[in-house]
Amino acid sequence: MEIQCKTSKEISGMGHPMKRKEDARFIQGHGRYIDDIKLPGMLYMDIVRSPYAYAKIKSINAEKALAIPGVLAVITGKDLEKYGLHWMPTIMSDTQMVLPTDTVMYQAQEVAAVIATERYIAADGADAVEVEYEPMKPIVDPHTSLDKDAPLLRPDKPGKTDNHIWHWEVGDREATDELFNKAEVTVKEQIYVPRIHVASIETCGCVADYDKIENKLTMFMTTQAPHAIRTVIALVAGHVGLTEEKIRVISPDIGGGFGGKVPVYPGYVIAIAVSFLVGKPVKWIEDRSENLQADSFARDYHMTCELAADKNGRIQGLRIKTLADHGYTDAAANPSKFPAGMYSIVTGSYDFQTAFTEMDAVYTNKPPGGVAYRCSFRVTEAVHAIERMVDRLALEVKKDPAELRMENFIKKEQFPYKSALGWEYDSGDYHAALKKAMDIIGYDELRKEQAEKRKEGKLMGIGISSFTEIVGAGPSRHFDILGLKMFDSCEIRVHPTGKAIARFGTKSQGQGHETTYAQIIAEELGIPAEHIQVEEGDTDTAPYGLGTYASRSTPVAGAAAAKAARKLRDKARKIAAYLMEVSEEDLEWEPGKFSVKGAPEKSKTIQEIVFAAYTNHPLGMEAGFEAVHYYDPPNLTFPFGSYICVVDIDNKTGEIKIRRFVAVDDCGNIINPMIVEGQIHGGLTQGLAPAMYEEFIYDEDGNLLNGTLMDYLVPTAVESPHWETDRTITPSPHHPIGAKGVGESPTVGAPPAIANAIVDALSHLGVTHLDIPITPFKVWKVLKEKGAAG
Amino acid sequence: MSKKSITLKANGAEHNVIVEPRLLLVHLIREVLNLTGTHIGCDTSNCGACTILLNGKSVKSCTLFAVQANGKEITTIEGLAQGGQLHPLQEGFKECHGLQCGFCTPGMIMRSCELLANNPDPTEEEIRWGISGNLCRCTGYNNIVKAVQYAANKMKGEAVTA
Ligand code: FES
Ligand code: FES
Repeated sequence: MEIQCKTSKEISGMGHPMKRKEDARFIQGHGRYIDDIKLPGMLYMDIVRSPYAYAKIKSINAEKALAIPGVLAVITGKDLEKYGLHWMPTIMSDTQMVLPTDTVMYQAQEVAAVIATERYIAADGADAVEVEYEPMKPIVDPHTSLDKDAPLLRPDKPGKTDNHIWHWEVGDREATDELFNKAEVTVKEQIYVPRIHVASIETCGCVADYDKIENKLTMFMTTQAPHAIRTVIALVAGHVGLTEEKIRVISPDIGGGFGGKVPVYPGYVIAIAVSFLVGKPVKWIEDRSENLQADSFARDYHMTCELAADKNGRIQGLRIKTLADHGYTDAAANPSKFPAGMYSIVTGSYDFQTAFTEMDAVYTNKPPGGVAYRCSFRVTEAVHAIERMVDRLALEVKKDPAELRMENFIKKEQFPYKSALGWEYDSGDYHAALKKAMDIIGYDELRKEQAEKRKEGKLMGIGISSFTEIVGAGPSRHFDILGLKMFDSCEIRVHPTGKAIARFGTKSQGQGHETTYAQIIAEELGIPAEHIQVEEGDTDTAPYGLGTYASRSTPVAGAAAAKAARKLRDKARKIAAYLMEVSEEDLEWEPGKFSVKGAPEKSKTIQEIVFAAYTNHPLGMEAGFEAVHYYDPPNLTFPFGSYICVVDIDNKTGEIKIRRFVAVDDCGNIINPMIVEGQIHGGLTQGLAPAMYEEFIYDEDGNLLNGTLMDYLVPTAVESPHWETDRTITPSPHHPIGAKGVGESPTVGAPPAIANAIVDALSHLGVTHLDIPITPFKVWKVLKEKGAAG
Repeated sequence: MSKKSITLKANGAEHNVIVEPRLLLVHLIREVLNLTGTHIGCDTSNCGACTILLNGKSVKSCTLFAVQANGKEITTIEGLAQGGQLHPLQEGFKECHGLQCGFCTPGMIMRSCELLANNPDPTEEEIRWGISGNLCRCTGYNNIVKAVQYAANKMKGEAVTA
């Protein structure tokens, strides 16, 4: 679909495929990531981790470690206990050990920290710390977590008598049950969305730098939400005299976040505590294995899904019961009122009469989580459930899955649409997106080819996913994190010569904010994007905001940018009227200048106007040209898309080859099509990953069997197919620039498209479902079982 | 541990440094020579974020000890642009949006340097296999492939488009 640009290429407002401003430093090795920060006198921290999933700590002996020249200290939970810092809250108001005083609860849990003058010496020290454990039988399978004889994992929580964390439900249980009792057709599947990891190529880390004389903490840290972190530090460390004005959080360049850099990990807290005590900067950088093994897992939902329909495949009701494995503590990163995130988007793109979904979360002896991995809080799990179930229904009623979708989609004219589980979808045209994807891939011919192939005994499958996302948290009525409302902000200062600096409460981790935010402001003010410098990530300079995750930057901070720029445009109009001695109503705006209606030769450029704001502003008007806006969105935005995947399967080996993958996305109005496309490519590979490769596997003792990049299979350029992308454009009616989020759509949309294609290739053998990741071995076993292996 | 004196050339400049024998080359580059454009993304030699050129061959600098570079010449991302002129690969990555967070980028570019030196006209398939020792979590690889093709064309003196 053609994008209409209102500005010239020189201005490069919305819609221009402007090259990224941030790239200059990254392609020349001048990015500044956390491990690049080096301060004078800096100490290094390394962490001793538990080899056991569940064990009593009998003793910690630091003698040998302390004997190593250069090892300065070994910090244990007992040391932190003296300052009341051995526990910390999680975002979900659960609690988590910073360092244990007596028990370890998951493998790779932090047990002690070694502080040394050099990185290698710190690692030597960590090796030399002797810990004596008394291992206990862990709970690994969440299904056994609520058994009567299961050990009580959280005796630290007053009144807790079992391992149940919370129950959550939404929808009309009775109406749904009734509907299912009467339904002509019902289908049911157990669907597991496995435990996976964000695995950003940069791990987590920090440099905590406490200056004793100034009583000021500067915390360089891989965080997606620097302001929220500052407030949390102030709340947790206020009692030792560290108040919020004395805390500066700096999030430097981030090497990928994907939700894994939202939580506070124990390493950060220990580094702050040590720096505070010794008055020197302390650096902590995770190894990859530590990163995979201990932090930021995602997903891990066991879902029992049921769909009810009439015999023609007209969808009526949805019922899902989920068991959520949170590991040792609920360290999810959801808005507080949403323990299961936005899972209730699970009715997807379809017009349901009624639905009911409930969930129980339990503790196990695995690392805590789960973070929203490139997903607006549990949307990936929801989309996987509904898109798999729609295919399941199509199989049951013997209807083509595309046709079944077309018949059940919410129609364009039904928007704004109130979903059975309570959301108000802002806009959509689901039929158009699916039709476009079908046309591009040649759907009807593929179905014919598949029929031919089947006759020859060859395995080929076509999978569709027509997902609806829900992003841009969120309206302050419902959305907060630890009480902080989920608005976001933009502050624009335009200098006398007409060049600007804009600062935001968000933080890019590769999304290209330095370019896209500049384009939004360029669109509104006509100042070339080239001359708008964007800064984020320093809490001393940026306005307060909740950060970047859950595709919220464009929906929330992007809106703030437009609103702040519009305030400036209003001021510009007043100045222009004054300069040209006409009334404001007589002026007309076109990008970059105001001119007099009917006399276009009489005009003032934005640069002339800004200069006047500093040199010749009207009497009684405030001088300068600055504005700030805190945007509280009226609703979320609902991007959507239709993906089609074609696979060929080798019946001798089970090898799955993705022949083609077409993604048609709709994220409303587009700021920069090059960046949007890049976001989609990346998300598709991150959707491919759990669909075919990635899953954490634990043995019965709670040992993680694939906790390194050697055996946790992040797709390379070889596994990743050549993605084909296209778009439709359905603007958001409530967003100031009509945009929606986009970065996560492909991550949530791709897994079911791939799974559906593989199941489709095997469906004539009686296969109705396979859990992801669907590996060649899994497929080969099925083929063997069905007597179809070559 | 007795330290060793080594001499090496990094991006054209001669260095004589005294190092522990166990010091990894990547740490020498990052922490001693302060060339922080070379990154570390794993501890199992899988990610390729640390890729540099050692005597013109791409290597993962986390899999070598600094002493193994004694008497050799290394090129890192900082040494790629010549006379203020970006290398065609650097230009290609920018023009084709071949990077997002930028963390894998130096390694990808250095790896692609050798790839193009060995095969100036690679197919998409050859590029994909050629960079398969380097992980990128952001881009989905489409545009990295495009960036390498862009550079290949530019290096052959052909017209280039992003
Ligand atoms: S740091 Fe990952 S391969 Fe060298
Ligand atoms: S651009 Fe982020 S890892 Fe490649």
